[in-house]
Amino acid sequence: MKIGVIDYKAGNAPSVLNALAEIGAAAEAVTEEGQIGAMSGIILPGVGSARATMDSLKELGLITGLDQWVNGSGLPFLGICIGMQILACGSEEDNTPCLGWVPGKVLKFPDQVRIPQIGWNKVDFAEGEPLAQGFNGSEYFYFVNSYYFCPDNPAITAAETDYGIRFCSMLRSGSIAATQFHLEKSGEAGLRMLKNFAAGL
Amino acid sequence: MLTKRLIACFDVKDGKVTKALKFQNNIDIGRAEDIAIKVYEDKIDEIIFYDITASSDKRKIDIDMVRRVARHVFVPFTVGGGIKSLEDMYEVLKSGAEKISVDSMAVRNPAIITAAAKAFGSQCVVLSMQVKKVAVTESIPSGYEIAIDGARVFTGMDAVEWARRGEALGAGEICVNSIDNDGTHKGYDTDITFKIARAVNVPIIASGGAGKPEHVAEIFRDQPDGVSGPSAAIISSMLYSPLIERNYSVKEIKEELLARGIHMRPYV
Repeated sequence: MKIGVIDYKAGNAPSVLNALAEIGAAAEAVTEEGQIGAMSGIILPGVGSARATMDSLKELGLITGLDQWVNGSGLPFLGICIGMQILACGSEEDNTPCLGWVPGKVLKFPDQVRIPQIGWNKVDFAEGEPLAQGFNGSEYFYFVNSYYFCPDNPAITAAETDYGIRFCSMLRSGSIAATQFHLEKSGEAGLRMLKNFAAGL
Repeated sequence: MLTKRLIACFDVKDGKVTKALKFQNNIDIGRAEDIAIKVYEDKIDEIIFYDITASSDKRKIDIDMVRRVARHVFVPFTVGGGIKSLEDMYEVLKSGAEKISVDSMAVRNPAIITAAAKAFGSQCVVLSMQVKKVAVTESIPSGYEIAIDGARVFTGMDAVEWARRGEALGAGEICVNSIDNDGTHKGYDTDITFKIARAVNVPIIASGGAGKPEHVAEIFRDQPDGVSGPSAAIISSMLYSPLIERNYSVKEIKEELLARGIHMRPYV
């Protein structure tokens, strides 16, 4: 079992690799398409903007390979933060076209809340969500975001959170899972979810 | 609902957390990573490190310290001190820190805020400001002036105006540190903290003066006019200063805040 963490310029792969080392999961940074096939699962971390992330992935030439392995062969995939948002068809952030793997759009939070959302917020998981195994329903996770994923099909919502509105803070669609919150920076709860992801590979 | 955040803030010199004693040299509290792990295990929400001698020594921030902390601490942390360029910022972020705190450097070169926000996203850029209460004048209508270089140099800039400008330039958070209250253990300067909270829409961090959990509760209290106050509060002396009446664990502080009805990440 080995987890590939996509390491692109705008990303925070080192933080995710630190968290995976902490839980004892074998992992390596992925910067080339040729590495993907040797992995049992892929994590796409993210900070910063949708456009910088899309540009970075294009520059590394990773998009086609990821598409084939994840959407074609069902390689388990976990997106984090921007790694969730770029799964949509497009983002309101600088009107950025995104991957379109999960039908939906990325919208900005309403004006009546402070933007960006920065801090720990409660995540209400859908019943049976495999990555939430062992939780008791009172877990908080660390968020940093001005935008959120709005799926076309509400049935893919795997967790919800309140910030001005109730939004989809985790999605699950086939072999793809993605969280808006930072698993690598959410203390024990985040490490637990990474452990659950690793256990399912 | 988003919780209020407790941020542990540490001054670091040569890889060690220090505390300045009046009329004496700094005293060592412990290795940065040991202190960070201790507060992480005590459920702190976030950590800030200032490399306090990087600027005066004209050297870069202690990047190995950043790496060592990032290896063991799984809550967000911010680093400040000795950061002058986008390359410095990139190195710090790639070493496992989430955010960069800019202070004097941003006053001298405000364009760096915009450049950093474009390169890494606004959420990475914390504008930290040292504010001092002064007479209200035409050029300083809020009655608070911005100081730089360890609060030794006064800029003639109005604190509220600088906060507005910082937000417009792209800062994702604003940390308001009261020079007057810092080290007094008598509580935050609620006046300027709320003035700035009213003036901008990015999250505000209150800093300077906390001596006991009541002070944190006071700054997090809902305001009668409904304005949302600071999102986070910095505690440092309360945790470890030898100069304070007593120290508190994060657990003690959080329990007291929760008992007072403040929405915090529960201590589980």
